[in-house]
Amino acid sequence: MSTTAIDTQIALNGALNRNAPIRQSAGAQVTDYDNRQTVGKITVDNPKMACREVNVYYGQKHAIKNVSLDIGANEVIAFIGPSGCGKSTFIRCLNRMNDTIPAARVTGLIKLDDDDIHAKEIDVVQLRARVGMVFQKPNPFPKSIYENVAYGPRIHGMVNDKAELDQLVRDSLERAGLIKEVEKRMLEPGTSLSGGQQQRLCIARAIAVNPEVILMDEPCSALDPIATAKIEELIDELRENYTIVIVTHSMQQAARVSQRTAYFHLGDLIEIGDTDQIFTNPRHKLTEDYITGRFG
Amino acid sequence: MNKATSPNGATPPHERDIKTIVNAGLARRHAAERRFRWYGLTAITLGLAFVVLMFANIINKGLPAFWQTYIQVPITFDAAALDPEGQRDPRALAGADYNALVRAGLRQLFPKVEGRLPLRALSALVSTDASYDLQRRVLADPQLIGTQQEIWLLASAAVDTFVKGNIDRGLEEANRPIKDNQIDWIDQLRAAGKIERQFNAVLFRSGDSREPEQAGIRGALMGSFFTLLVTFLLSFPIGVATAVYLEEFAPKNRWTDIIEVNINNLAAVPSIVFGLLGLAVFINFFGLPRSAPLVGGLVLSLMTLPVIIIAGRAALTSVPPSIREAALGMGASKLQMVGHHVLPLAMPGMLTGSIIGMARALGESAPLLMIGMVAFIVDVPKSFLDPATVLPVQIYLWSDLPERAFVERTSAAIMVLLAFMILMNGLAILLRKRFERRW
Amino acid sequence: MQPLLFLTLLLLSAGAYYVGRRRALAVAGGHIRNLHSLPSFYGSYAALWCGLPALLVFALWAVVQPNLLVDWVVAGLPPELRDLPPDRLNLVVNDLKNLVGGNFVSSASDPVMVEAAERYRQLRAIGNTALWVVVLSFAIAGTAYAWRAISPAFRARNRVEGVVNLFLIASSTVAIFTTVGIVLSVIFESMRFFRQVPVAEFLFGLQWSPQTALRADQVGSSGAFGAAPLFAGTLLVSAIAMLVAVPIGLMSALYLSEYATPKFRAFAKPALEILAGIPTVVYGFFAALTVAPLIREIGSALGLHVASESALAAGLVMGIMIIPFVSSLSDDVINAVPQSMRDGSYALGATKSETITRVLLPAALPGIVGSILLAISRAIGETMIVVMAAGLSANLTANPLEAVTTVTVQIVTLLTGDQEFDSPKTLAAFALGLVLFVVTLILNIIALRVVRKYREQYE
Repeated sequence: MSTTAIDTQIALNGALNRNAPIRQSAGAQVTDYDNRQTVGKITVDNPKMACREVNVYYGQKHAIKNVSLDIGANEVIAFIGPSGCGKSTFIRCLNRMNDTIPAARVTGLIKLDDDDIHAKEIDVVQLRARVGMVFQKPNPFPKSIYENVAYGPRIHGMVNDKAELDQLVRDSLERAGLIKEVEKRMLEPGTSLSGGQQQRLCIARAIAVNPEVILMDEPCSALDPIATAKIEELIDELRENYTIVIVTHSMQQAARVSQRTAYFHLGDLIEIGDTDQIFTNPRHKLTEDYITGRFG
Repeated sequence: MNKATSPNGATPPHERDIKTIVNAGLARRHAAERRFRWYGLTAITLGLAFVVLMFANIINKGLPAFWQTYIQVPITFDAAALDPEGQRDPRALAGADYNALVRAGLRQLFPKVEGRLPLRALSALVSTDASYDLQRRVLADPQLIGTQQEIWLLASAAVDTFVKGNIDRGLEEANRPIKDNQIDWIDQLRAAGKIERQFNAVLFRSGDSREPEQAGIRGALMGSFFTLLVTFLLSFPIGVATAVYLEEFAPKNRWTDIIEVNINNLAAVPSIVFGLLGLAVFINFFGLPRSAPLVGGLVLSLMTLPVIIIAGRAALTSVPPSIREAALGMGASKLQMVGHHVLPLAMPGMLTGSIIGMARALGESAPLLMIGMVAFIVDVPKSFLDPATVLPVQIYLWSDLPERAFVERTSAAIMVLLAFMILMNGLAILLRKRFERRW
Repeated sequence: MQPLLFLTLLLLSAGAYYVGRRRALAVAGGHIRNLHSLPSFYGSYAALWCGLPALLVFALWAVVQPNLLVDWVVAGLPPELRDLPPDRLNLVVNDLKNLVGGNFVSSASDPVMVEAAERYRQLRAIGNTALWVVVLSFAIAGTAYAWRAISPAFRARNRVEGVVNLFLIASSTVAIFTTVGIVLSVIFESMRFFRQVPVAEFLFGLQWSPQTALRADQVGSSGAFGAAPLFAGTLLVSAIAMLVAVPIGLMSALYLSEYATPKFRAFAKPALEILAGIPTVVYGFFAALTVAPLIREIGSALGLHVASESALAAGLVMGIMIIPFVSSLSDDVINAVPQSMRDGSYALGATKSETITRVLLPAALPGIVGSILLAISRAIGETMIVVMAAGLSANLTANPLEAVTTVTVQIVTLLTGDQEFDSPKTLAAFALGLVLFVVTLILNIIALRVVRKYREQYE
């Protein structure tokens, strides 16, 4: 299955590339609203994850239609689009969170490095340890701050003793930029923190297991602007060590934090490309309309 | 944690490769997962098994009680013995010696039996009710006098138990309630087709009795009926009124808070405490009669009230506020709004709750023990003040009796009780399904 | 009880409704617009005036008449009977009542009694006739009053609604009166008990044998009312029940909410709840006749001595009864934990069981503790199972294979059968009832609070 999928994709890319001469002037080349073929280059040189012809069905509803794209190592890629476009559904495919929804069915190929994440020998537990996730609403466990961060390392058996665990928890909180705020209150419940701190706690919790990819599903939508700014800064720093996929409804945020951007519309991947290009020179009429605020 | 499996003991935790670490622990974790899942499945299987076990146990024990052994005996309704004066005077007929007829009939079947003890054993084959049975037949139809009839007479409990195969022939004679000669006669009767099992109408026709074959649940059923009628007549209107008041009219203040907390607590007070209340207040203070369905109904209605109120309030809150606003907007008074619009919409839910409450009241026995509804009562109660017992208490009373035939009847009574409960709960479910509305 | 009079009154009220309605239409000249309220309210107003006062008189009369009659008849008895001590006099009055009721009594041949009964019957007949006259005149007078009051400007709706409102408020106080009644009755009788047996001795005494206290002079000196063995027995049986119910109930709830397919859940949840609907007397029967002998047999096969009414049998069956209680309460509590908690844990790579034991259970803990407390209170107050399957002898033991007795068993034993109400034996039952009520009340209040707080946390 994987070879056919990739062959198709190569053919697809060829077709796309022929139709996509670089032009710096404003205005889209694809003006047909009904044309839902992905515009832009879906591949990267050093992909961390690769998705080919991914489809998601919720019962009868076709929520993601034939989406193919690469996620480069140590890049921040942003998924944007109007609400209900499927960007959150798609990101949940990347660590198989859709498995928890009984009605959801996912087809297509998704690879993490060289592993097909749907393959039998890949365990979902292992996959999710490698691909961490941060949710829309901060969801710290009803435990202490320390225990929140220590949760992942504990269940996976990552550390050998208490000292290592302490070290790991401190490191993670430091990387999440939270250590100064919580150093003195490690044993207080995670829910006692402010919203922005809670979200950074969730990020610390995710990076404590040392994942390769971090998925962020609208991580700032429940936060105030100052907290948002902190998280955005953090995302930029995290890029050094992790590959980050972020879903956002805010175009400004996508522009600020990401290197590449993918625009989703009603389950289709409409356009993908460098963030600068998408925002300054969208090639599809739908992307342009969205970016210029005609809907969304 | 797992020194042996962690391959990266030397590297700092943050640089360890998550893939290998997770892989190392996977087998153990999946085993734990399967184990946990299995615990859950076992627990639920156990729970369901108990349900099946109890029902199977009760039905297995109780089903035979719906059939009862009868013996066909030739009875000569001798005019000289029954009605020497020939007046067909009911009084004289009632006073005649029917036992003699039964004895004569049995001797006719087994003419060879001699001696006082064997003869007594012979008459012990049929129930002591047999003579009353004949009396009833004669009183109902005096034409019988002077004829000879083959009549199916109720067998005694020991015979019935034996015929149903619950007495081991192999036991020593002294240890079984039925003796060798009786077994011999039964075998002969069986061979002649003069012994058979018929539907046990006595169970539904008569009140309690010390003789198992004559004991029935009619009295208990009527007692339950009267008790529940009182319960319903009191608790339904008061419960609905309370629910309506609390949900629609009451101001939100300390007082209504107290009422609310109070109702929630009442719902969890042990039922026996309500029995103490009934004894102290209704019987000792107000001087109401003991053992009366009226008092039982009063006690049970106090117990059922919280259930109805809580269900009623839930039903009222499920009526959307838009309907209230619409009614008030049309100029209806608050009471009209409730009476014309909210209450009819909430009624199915309230009825469902009430039926479930009544089913619970039907199965309740502990508080009724306190107010004397636990007496041995032969007569079927005819009013709210007659001494009575209820079905669950009847079950309790019978369960104490050692005879196998009573064990059987207890189980049968339980089956009847459960049938009523299933009927009531089924009705409640039906009602809910039928009138369920999604707003 | 005069059902006929009651029915007549109902019919009269219906008539009054009609009269009131007609009157309203008449005074309004046939135009409803002229009236303050709808004609039906005037009808209801008249019906209320017809029925309510008459009904009140009726009820009062029904309470007072029998006592008055007895007094009058007793006053007419010859002095040697009249001056008997009260309890003997009561017997005479009972005989009299039986005689009046046409029952056979030993004193039926006594001419004095027969005469008294005859007088009682006469008085009762007069009283009943008077009752009819008085009640009906009240009904008619009430209707007449309402009839006169009706005018176009008369605010019938407000009056009627006022009465309905009063009825609603009165209904809502029934629950309060029930609680007050419970508290007063157990406290009042317990006070009388504690006047004879010191509280400390009752609560901490190790000797319970109420049978020896039939004579008042033995009480206190014999020390037979030490309820500690009962408390211990209750705790033992409840503990066994919880050992059965909590693991099975909790695991069932977890399986149903986290693992089961919707189809299986739709079948298994109601099936499990059947257990909650089975009357306790059925459990008692099951315990006494099936489980207890079974345990005995198993015990003797293992070389253990098991009492025929072992605490184990009663506790086991009680546990089965409580399973659905624990499981449905826990199910609610577990479902109240937000999905985002589960997502957060799964996203870190936790397995289902890790998520359940490390995230869900700690999060749901207060709620689960609350439901277990409710279940304990239920176990402590459960009566029929222990009455039928546990013993009567008060053993102070922690061995589940021995027979123990419980608070509820003793209440039932002390209060069934015929005793006079004042003996310390019956009063002891109320003292036990007080303990039971207080303990379960405390458990319930704590549990309801904990559960409510827990729910608010996630709302």
